[in-house]
Amino acid sequence: MNTVAIELKKISKYFGKVVANKDIDLTIYNNEILSVLGENGCGKTTLMNMLSGIYYPDAGQMFMNGQEVVIRSPRDAYSLGIGMVHQHFKLVNVFSAVDNIILGEDVQRFSIKEHGIKALWKNFKAGLLDKNRHKKIQAIADKYGFSIDLNKKVYEMSVSEKQTVEIIKVLYRGANLLILDEPTAVLTPQETEKLFQVLRNMKADGKAIVIITHKLNEVMAISDKVAVLRKGEHIATVDTSKTNEKKLTEMMVGKKVSLNIHRGTPKNVQDRLVVNNVSVVNEEGKKVLDDVSFTAKAGEILGIAGIAGRGQRELLEAVAGLQNLHNGQIAYFEPETNNEIDLQKLTPTQIRELGVRLSFVPEDRLGMGLVGNMDIVDNVMLRSYKKGKSVFVDREPPRNLSERIIEELEVVTPSTHTPVRRLSGGNVQKILVGREIASAPTVLMAAYPVRGLDINSSYTIYNLLNQQKENGVAVIFVGEDLDVLLELCDRILVVCAGKVTGVVDGRTAQKEQIGLMMTGEIAKEVQNG
Amino acid sequence: MGIINFLTAAIRFSTVFLFGSTGESLTEKSGNLNLGIPGTMCVGAVFGILGESLYLSACADPTNPNPFLAVFIPLIFSFCGAGLLGLLNSFLTTTLRCNQNVTGLTITTFGVGLTNFLGNYIDRSNFNYASKCFTTVFPFASDLGWFGQLFFSYGILVYLAIVIAILVSWFLNKTRAGLHLRAVGENPATADAAGLSVTKYRYLATSIGSGIAGLGGLFYIMDYLTGAWEYSIDAMGWLAVALVIFSVWRPNVGILGSILFGALYMAPYFLNVNFAQQELVKMIPFIVTIVVLIFTSIRNKKENQPPQSLGVSYFREER
Repeated sequence: MNTVAIELKKISKYFGKVVANKDIDLTIYNNEILSVLGENGCGKTTLMNMLSGIYYPDAGQMFMNGQEVVIRSPRDAYSLGIGMVHQHFKLVNVFSAVDNIILGEDVQRFSIKEHGIKALWKNFKAGLLDKNRHKKIQAIADKYGFSIDLNKKVYEMSVSEKQTVEIIKVLYRGANLLILDEPTAVLTPQETEKLFQVLRNMKADGKAIVIITHKLNEVMAISDKVAVLRKGEHIATVDTSKTNEKKLTEMMVGKKVSLNIHRGTPKNVQDRLVVNNVSVVNEEGKKVLDDVSFTAKAGEILGIAGIAGRGQRELLEAVAGLQNLHNGQIAYFEPETNNEIDLQKLTPTQIRELGVRLSFVPEDRLGMGLVGNMDIVDNVMLRSYKKGKSVFVDREPPRNLSERIIEELEVVTPSTHTPVRRLSGGNVQKILVGREIASAPTVLMAAYPVRGLDINSSYTIYNLLNQQKENGVAVIFVGEDLDVLLELCDRILVVCAGKVTGVVDGRTAQKEQIGLMMTGEIAKEVQNG
Repeated sequence: MGIINFLTAAIRFSTVFLFGSTGESLTEKSGNLNLGIPGTMCVGAVFGILGESLYLSACADPTNPNPFLAVFIPLIFSFCGAGLLGLLNSFLTTTLRCNQNVTGLTITTFGVGLTNFLGNYIDRSNFNYASKCFTTVFPFASDLGWFGQLFFSYGILVYLAIVIAILVSWFLNKTRAGLHLRAVGENPATADAAGLSVTKYRYLATSIGSGIAGLGGLFYIMDYLTGAWEYSIDAMGWLAVALVIFSVWRPNVGILGSILFGALYMAPYFLNVNFAQQELVKMIPFIVTIVVLIFTSIRNKKENQPPQSLGVSYFREER
């Protein structure tokens, strides 16, 4: 039996009238990896934030070694050996890895009583930045098998490197209990496997590890135990070896669900969008898209697989008319007449009117497409305010549409007039995607539509995309989860560093093969079907 | 020796800007955009002369004051008076999370008004004697010819401004506390998660920064105007804020920047130009600042950008 790292008893937290956590009892053990599982807004992150001192519980107690502990601030958490790697990295961009890691570190203080007047000089020296400050950090990195350049500035780092910095930071601060909030959301399968190896090293070293994730296959792969939360309450903690994905989902959702994506055979397939040799150069003069060609077909879902931030966004923006092409053409074929239209000659608004719709879900969710301080109705209206002849806007149609989106996609919101900023991330996304689908597009481009969504909402969105496909829409889906891409898409376009490394058939392709193509290790050309 | 006279005048006058920009750089590095600096410099001036006035009235022979006390007492008054205004700014922007732009402008308006009001009531008799204590440091300067004039002919506050600027630069780049302060200004959520008190750093940086800026006002009255009174300190304050941008938030660069600004400000008096042209030349610092802004934006080097969270209030439980 492993020793107890921390024990939570009847922990509750409320945000106004909203219950985030209610009477949670949870025990975390050393030498163990615990997964915390639950739908969006079920209070996983809130609970972990209370452990790391970001939030303060409204009720309940925490015990360590039989003693009650109170965590009022992140500093308290650190001194108790609790460290958290947040979903949105907490790093200072202009600092090097080293400076980010030593940030807030406790330094030894010398008292005048013991050391006399020399204490002043010693304290002064301790307050200076040591030239050799990277050495101790390098030792930790070597111990657990991280490979990282510690003098690199954070803004030059990839997501995976940033995450490494975060993990080294909590280890450096002496954490025995590590909490990782959705650590794999932005990693490639290879990077994820590397991370898991590091986590196993840490577990073997006696650390307690808590990992929050939505991906059930990862839960099964890495964790020893799974704690399931539902609507702010702790449902159960089970041994991973004694459960399966289906049981876990039922516990999470509270009812039987079917986790199948119904992929129909494409019907009435015709070319809708032909992209030819497109290159895009960004502001810094770097080629973000290099000679990209593909065809999106009506009645089909085209998946785009690739490491996040490697040109996918620019690709979709180029189609939507938001990027200037360095060279290449994008042609659009009208559904009825099959007339060819050169999209480059059109403005973004004209492209939109053709029915080419883009719903992009950026990492911060509110960055593109929605205005945080406006309510749902007004955000929905952003797509239709130009309709009608009167100078005054008509709020009736967008209000009806909002209500429909809320009902069909099960958006949790107090009312249609709540500012979008106050909704949880998943709900924000549903509105974003729902709005674009409602406009009856001919080409629907959805980038990361399920980013950070729980399993149930994700499947709602997948089904929506499938519906669109059946309605004869050309769907382009940029995804992060390869398993989903393989289940959902008819064809998958793999990009690596702005180049297309191949197009594979979604029904026959292997996950490992795509993973390697994403990192550019193999480029495999498969004939378009 | 026209060029030496010009340089000496430029370096001397640069002190007003340097105090202001060093204080504001320190404040802005914590993420607090204190646009109250012009008003704060006014208040620094009026509190300084209040201290001087109190000291002289208590002095046995006000025409021959103790040089140390005649400088030290106004210095402390000026620093504390301006620091109090910084404290008010911190309370409004950090604790009550008011909009930083609005708060800063309000503080400037308040500071200027308060100064104009109080300035009339402070007894400034014998200030010309007290001013000598500010302006004379190295009596041997005149024996060393142009060398002495260029390096040793200034008042105590000129040297103090340069020392403070170097110290603040060193503090920001070489100490742990400086690293923490920069982290608070760049990304308060990160600093908070690392166990640092965002509130503490912002309060201290704003109050101390305001205090330093206030000394600029004191210099203007007691050294540059040799104890005379003038209301136009806030105009220097805006130039100091511009200098912060010009020096890309680096007080050590600010030393050179302030001398450039001082030179541009002094140029009309050394050039043979009419009044209207003088006013045009005085605009150059602002134009130079705009050019620097354009230049740093084009180069887009991450290290030369304003602190990322500048102007944003921080609330830990914000969702």
